[in-house]
Amino acid sequence: MAKLKYKGLIGLEIHVQLATASKLFCRCAVEFAAEPNSRVCPGCLGMPGSMPVMNKQALERAILAGLALNCNIAEFTKWDHKSYFYPDLPNNYQISQYDIPVAADGYIEIETQPGQIKRVRIRRAHLEEDAGKNMHAGNYSQVDINRAGTPLIEIVTEPDMSTGAEVRAVAIELQRIVRYLGVSEADMQKGQMRFEPNINVIIEQNGDEFRTPIAEIKNLNSFRAIQGSVDYEIERQIEQFLESGTVMEMGNKSTRGWDDSRQVTVLQREKEEAHDYRCFPVQNIPPVKVTPQWFDEIRGRLCELPLSRQRRYTQQYGLSDYDARVLTAERGVAELFEAALKAGGDAKRVCNLITQAGMKLAKEAQINFDEFGIKPDKLAVLATMIDEGTVNASAGDKILTKMTQSEASPDKIAEDENLIQKSDESELEAVVDQSLAENPQAVEEVKAGGKKSKKARGFLLGQVMQKTKGQANPKVVSAILGRKLE
Amino acid sequence: MSKKIDAQQVKKVAMLSRLDLSDAEIERFASQLSEIVTYVEKMNELDTEKVEPMAHCLGITNRFGEDRPAESLGTEKALANAPDHDGQFFIVPRILEENSA
Repeated sequence: MAKLKYKGLIGLEIHVQLATASKLFCRCAVEFAAEPNSRVCPGCLGMPGSMPVMNKQALERAILAGLALNCNIAEFTKWDHKSYFYPDLPNNYQISQYDIPVAADGYIEIETQPGQIKRVRIRRAHLEEDAGKNMHAGNYSQVDINRAGTPLIEIVTEPDMSTGAEVRAVAIELQRIVRYLGVSEADMQKGQMRFEPNINVIIEQNGDEFRTPIAEIKNLNSFRAIQGSVDYEIERQIEQFLESGTVMEMGNKSTRGWDDSRQVTVLQREKEEAHDYRCFPVQNIPPVKVTPQWFDEIRGRLCELPLSRQRRYTQQYGLSDYDARVLTAERGVAELFEAALKAGGDAKRVCNLITQAGMKLAKEAQINFDEFGIKPDKLAVLATMIDEGTVNASAGDKILTKMTQSEASPDKIAEDENLIQKSDESELEAVVDQSLAENPQAVEEVKAGGKKSKKARGFLLGQVMQKTKGQANPKVVSAILGRKLE
Repeated sequence: MSKKIDAQQVKKVAMLSRLDLSDAEIERFASQLSEIVTYVEKMNELDTEKVEPMAHCLGITNRFGEDRPAESLGTEKALANAPDHDGQFFIVPRILEENSA
């Protein structure tokens, strides 16, 4: 297999649950893990005579997601019946979009290596309702309709990815984007974002090109599973081709489930002819016309997206890739960071405050750092105090901790907590003299030079810091020490 | 009269609709459906060259509800008329195939 030339062809079908309070066509609450069948009404139970009414916020979020994925937004869009006979959707059809999706022809960008961008085309994104859940118990099945009618966008990409790592990167980037825009909470564990890769492989053998049959992979509950299943499936298809020579043809697409414990994909049995959706336009949901004013209003909710922001931070502020990624992971944190720079804070100093002490505090409080509600101008003041040596870095961390608990300004906290650094030369000189007098051996070692010199100097600096309860400016103390020990 | 819809097509639609039909029913529905299609075919006599395909019968657009949850039925009422339930879930015959929409 070592010499075989091949390339994975992977497209994704992605379902993203929109973050709305109520369902797409009725006003039942959308709630994860509610009591089974408690969030249902005649509408989502498919009772005769009930009428669907479209949730405006769901549609707007679908449009916003489409814009973030660089899609064209349909000026006119409509909904279709998609026949679907399973108990988890009691209407016996899903309301979906067939020929006029709300968004089409876009792309998503991923960073394959630092600074290297790859574009994956988006074929379409449409708005549809989710089904409920079937659970299998012995010789019968249990049905929970709570999830039925939850708004989803289904995003279909072109087969532009070729490795598990790329598919994983697209999945992570999509999650960042929809969270940034508040379009979805996108928690994979809660099924709010579900990925189904379609995979086949182009194999070159003796100058001829062969394509393996397409397999669709289901049951992917983590980014790790996405990457692992894609890489496994590519290898499996190559091996199968080498054994049997089977190539892609009409009707030999299969569905495989990912077995996470065994790290393999397993063929799923499917009834022949079971799917014949017979789509036709829904008549009890009027179509939608997106007027230019409405479109502009929705477009106004877009913001700079995480990847472009991340790249700008490295280029404009000289931050590391890692720092830029951490700062841009949450929109609120990125916005606080930028506001603090506008208020006069130094980029690297503000970055360090947020990504080090700040992120630790936020993690302990189980919130995002911006949710402490610290005002950007106060953050800028603290950064400047550290830069100017008014307080040292560890005092800065203490002040930041206090700032998460109260509205007090950093200079006031520094004073109250006795954290202002002593930089007064004559005052510090007295302390230095005292320390030197008390530690003649260390003084000797410094003067003797050699191995022990550096360590002894550090010891003396430590003595001064101790006597001043950590408030001496170490730079000033070092300068005095240097002069005295020449 | 040659049938527009034959027994084979009725069987297929019945399968898709999860309907179990007898041979007599298949025969009867094939005739009835064929008559309906023949009747609707009258439409073909009209010149629709310059008529845009219609997506919706009323010509209205943009009817929305706001995203505010209202009260749902609750589990007890939701299950009340079900042929079978266990107090929490609807109970249905075992589904062989796991699927997603």
